Amino acid sequence: MSVVFERTRGLTDQSTHFCPGCTHGVIIRLIAEVLVDMDLLERTIGVEPVGCTGFCENYFACDIVGAAHGRAVAVATGVKRARPDRFVFSLQGDGDGAAIGLAETISAAARGEKISSIFINNSIYGMTGGQMSPTSWVGQKTATSPYGRDVELNGQPLDLPLLLSQVDGAAYVASVSVESPQEVIAAKQAIHKAFEVQIAGLGYSFVSILSTCPTNWGVTPVEALSWLESKMKPQFHLGELKKPALEGVTGP
Amino acid sequence: MKTLMKGNEAIAEAALQAGCRLFFGYPITPSTEIPEYMAKKMKRVGGTFLQAESEVAAINMVYGAAAAGERVMTATSTPGFSLMQEGVSYIFAAELPVVIVDVMRHGPGLGGLGATQADYFQLTKGGGHGDYHPIVLAPATVMEMVELTYLAFDLADEYRNPVILALEGISGQMMEPVEFMPYRPKALPPKTWAATGIGDKPKVNIVSYVLANEAGELHNLHWAKKIERMRAAEQRYDTYRMDDAEFALVAFGISGRIAESAVDILRAEGIRIGLFRPISLWPFPTDGMRKYSRIRGWLSVELSAGQMVDDVRLTVGSGTPVHFFGRQGGMTPDPEDVAEAFKMALHNELNAGGVR
Ligand SMILES: Cc1ncc(C[n+]2csc(CCOP(=O)(O)OP(=O)(O)O)c2C)c(N)n1
Ligand code: SF4
Repeated sequence: MSVVFERTRGLTDQSTHFCPGCTHGVIIRLIAEVLVDMDLLERTIGVEPVGCTGFCENYFACDIVGAAHGRAVAVATGVKRARPDRFVFSLQGDGDGAAIGLAETISAAARGEKISSIFINNSIYGMTGGQMSPTSWVGQKTATSPYGRDVELNGQPLDLPLLLSQVDGAAYVASVSVESPQEVIAAKQAIHKAFEVQIAGLGYSFVSILSTCPTNWGVTPVEALSWLESKMKPQFHLGELKKPALEGVTGP
Repeated sequence: MKTLMKGNEAIAEAALQAGCRLFFGYPITPSTEIPEYMAKKMKRVGGTFLQAESEVAAINMVYGAAAAGERVMTATSTPGFSLMQEGVSYIFAAELPVVIVDVMRHGPGLGGLGATQADYFQLTKGGGHGDYHPIVLAPATVMEMVELTYLAFDLADEYRNPVILALEGISGQMMEPVEFMPYRPKALPPKTWAATGIGDKPKVNIVSYVLANEAGELHNLHWAKKIERMRAAEQRYDTYRMDDAEFALVAFGISGRIAESAVDILRAEGIRIGLFRPISLWPFPTDGMRKYSRIRGWLSVELSAGQMVDDVRLTVGSGTPVHFFGRQGGMTPDPEDVAEAFKMALHNELNAGGVR
């Protein structure tokens, strides 16, 4: 009998705190798998945000530094500048990276900071109980947009990966999702490429991953997956929005 | 060999000598000579100077570099220091060694660039959230800036705590002869707590949250112990003509220098007065000050509306009069003004004892 799937040693044995059906857990696992696949675990320092991925120091088997809300990329910059020979990634939610930390995100991209940011976009503030985010879709009901996101009041959702693809220093920008096995595989490939771009010293790499929040969206896990597809995906440009012309930068 | 140097530049040079290899900052007058010096000289030592997009980003970059175990510094001025407060609170909670320079300018608001010491409360009472204390050192001369910068890096590493150098814009801009004594690092244990990858040591997590209340309290009690250790061991002050003094001025930084001249003026008039100059603003040098129990009256001289005077009162108690004299908005008093203010404020006590 051959092993087709096993728990990655990139993760600890601790079970996660994520709500049932939340796809954050899938994304964490993908990152850990890629760290192992690429043999990076031993020299990786991850930076976690404040948000639903803010407890990941318990799950990742590598060193983790916890940043203040919105500052994961600034902290990752400090870590990488101090240890240029280490592999450094940051995790951020959409509130963290696209609202309070937007300046840090764009500035790190502009500097071509040699770090990899994984931006987990669930169009809502999960941690704080379901408030509107810059990436909430038009009409989306949240705790702070109880009548639905109103364009007059809040504008259109911010397509952060699209924005970053315009920034010179961002060498690799991808926008992927995880609602189906095919999408999960594509997401893993994008993470892999982003990490390769850092290793090759090409500049900033950024992977936006659309994720669910069944709890705060107020739907079942299965419905959440179809919401991701029907409500979130139309809001954002998808795919590899920017890739460096480099040989050897390929997926797994 | 002595060289003539601006205070800000001397601090930057001293930091390099003390092994600071990363600097993150955002320009703001009157601190900008520090990042500019670093921009020029960091290459010499193979370090990194990075201009951040804001003070918020700068302090968090500093946090990251310190977490990775390197000697790191930032410098700013009052409004930028305000922006850094959340970061300082996180740095304390994550127990990271960081050196911050606050070259004060006057406020509130955008304020102006003149001499001030009005960041005292923010510096010493915890400018950010939660129960925490950075060590705060206030140099009065360019030479002392060098000594205290050396010390700041050692203290930061020893206690794994933020250490702040606080000076007035006028002191940062002032040129004085200075000598760079060889920096001799304190023997300190290796930074096994740093996040450098699990390749050569067990996994490290550097986080500052504690969600369970019981564990939260244990953390606070742990920090309280550290705060007490620092309070007991790191009080610093200087005195001038205090040996036979009946009265005392208390002043730090540039006010200390002005007050020193005021002491001479008053001594020439036969008043037995001295100067007590706190060097550590936190921990406030209470133990040293309490040795002078025979002092019949204190005058706190500050460039603010009166901030340190609270700590003087707490230290000497209600039995001894403690008065305040200060200028604000960037103005500095002349020594004569201080002498005059002293005679007015302590008029009764002076007459009761008779001028000798
Ligand atoms: C300075 C500051 N402001 C606000 C908060 C409260 N807060 C914590 S997480 C968060 C947003 C979480 O949303 P997101 O970044 O999208 O991540 P998610 O939890 O959805 O994964 C907010 C507003 C905080 N911790 N610090
Ligand atoms: S609140 Fe939402 S994002 Fe957070 S763990 Fe639960 S489902 Fe996931």
